[in-house]
Amino acid sequence: MKYAMVIDTLKCVGCSDCVVACQTENNVPIGYCRDWVTESVNGAYPHVEIELKSERCNQCDNAPCVRCCPTGASHKAEGGIVLVTADECIGCGACIASCPYDARYQHPDGYVDKCTFCAHRLKKGQNPACVSVCPTKCMYFGDIDDPTSKVSHLLASRKFKVLAPEAGTKPNVYYLI
Amino acid sequence: MQEEIFISGRNIPKIDPNLEVWHFPISLYLFLGGMAAGIIFFAALFTILKREKQVQTAIKPAMIIVLFALSIGLLALFYDLTHKLYVWRLYTTIRIESPMSWGAWVLLFVTIGSFLWVFSYFSEIFPKWEIKVKALKNLERFLIKNRRNLAIILLPLSLILGIYTGILLSAFNARPLWNNAILGPLFLISGLSTGAACIILFSKDHYERKLFSQIDLALIFIELALIVHMIMGMYAGSAVQLEALDILIGGDYTVMFFVFVIILGLIFPAILEGIELLGYKVPVIIPAVLILIGGLVFRMVMVEAGQLTRYLY
Repeated sequence: MKYAMVIDTLKCVGCSDCVVACQTENNVPIGYCRDWVTESVNGAYPHVEIELKSERCNQCDNAPCVRCCPTGASHKAEGGIVLVTADECIGCGACIASCPYDARYQHPDGYVDKCTFCAHRLKKGQNPACVSVCPTKCMYFGDIDDPTSKVSHLLASRKFKVLAPEAGTKPNVYYLI
Repeated sequence: MQEEIFISGRNIPKIDPNLEVWHFPISLYLFLGGMAAGIIFFAALFTILKREKQVQTAIKPAMIIVLFALSIGLLALFYDLTHKLYVWRLYTTIRIESPMSWGAWVLLFVTIGSFLWVFSYFSEIFPKWEIKVKALKNLERFLIKNRRNLAIILLPLSLILGIYTGILLSAFNARPLWNNAILGPLFLISGLSTGAACIILFSKDHYERKLFSQIDLALIFIELALIVHMIMGMYAGSAVQLEALDILIGGDYTVMFFVFVIILGLIFPAILEGIELLGYKVPVIIPAVLILIGGLVFRMVMVEAGQLTRYLY
């Protein structure tokens, strides 16, 4: 089993509901966020394209943060999710420097924190908070190893991209374009 | 034209707008670790070659400097941790793929080895102080007898420590300026050069100063060649590496890099050491101090400029 998130950039309106839902669900400290929305503008008038993306930790298959962690606090959990064990983390910052997506931060309590794909909700059979609140339903979550899952169907039928594939991290958050 | 902005608002401390997770303490630690590795390498090498008598500064006073350098370096490293109470977790595991993990272990062994080394010379350094505890006296006798074995252990460990200070940075492929394989050997050579400069600074013996001036001169040429190699390699690299190189050449850190590292830290002291070797009198303190400052600035530039570089997507 391998969890993946598929986000339809053509349906996203950039409302930032996913960001607020995550901050509420995971009690993220004020001034920090585990997910964020970007708007990229391509081209020049009158041929301008805008792309909206809800970004977060990509739960990479080849995760540099897990590789460089000196204590093993950053580790791969069930379903390929990258988690941080707070009481094994020394707060050295190596994983933060190693992440090409800048998806990690130092929690005010000292340890490193990041998106967990809402692992606590997955255990109860629920979707991550960001996916469940999206008003345009542009986010999909599921098992990419299961060919009958919605995420597998979407990736088989639509054009998609991942962020910074040249970094070699093999990310598991896909963007439909 | 391509432009990307955060529209959900994001201003995470130490991450936005530019990564600033590692600061001066890390640069200081990399500098002191490299310099200590250099001094230990020379002390161990000349002991193995049975030429201790010719390099009295390297094996005694400079090794005391090593103890201070390693202690201050470790304190700087500890100061930079944000979850300090869990620091012991470093020593409950060894993770070969994490340079910081095996580096922490090597640092521990090198620190212990250096303390034992200095202790083996305790009676020579402090002839008036007598060790009264019998166990310590026995330990000193044992260490004096096994000094050469200690040198054989410390020699490879010092090389690993020196190269580790570079690999620590080059292992991060997310930061294109750091992510080049030459950084390990470059930091090692720079560490050996600053180690030699430190020995020159404290040596009063003419032969020893001349010997280390010659060694240092050779190391500076190798270091300059490696820097050229690094720049050439990045020029032949991908878009992210070209962008990263812009910071060093024609960007925010150009003056720091070329004036303080290349000219004042390497070329100028090399000229002064060359003039001295030709027989002219040059106050030895000038090239030695310039090399040490250049070494520290080099780490500061690499640590800070590297964090400005990233993948573009």
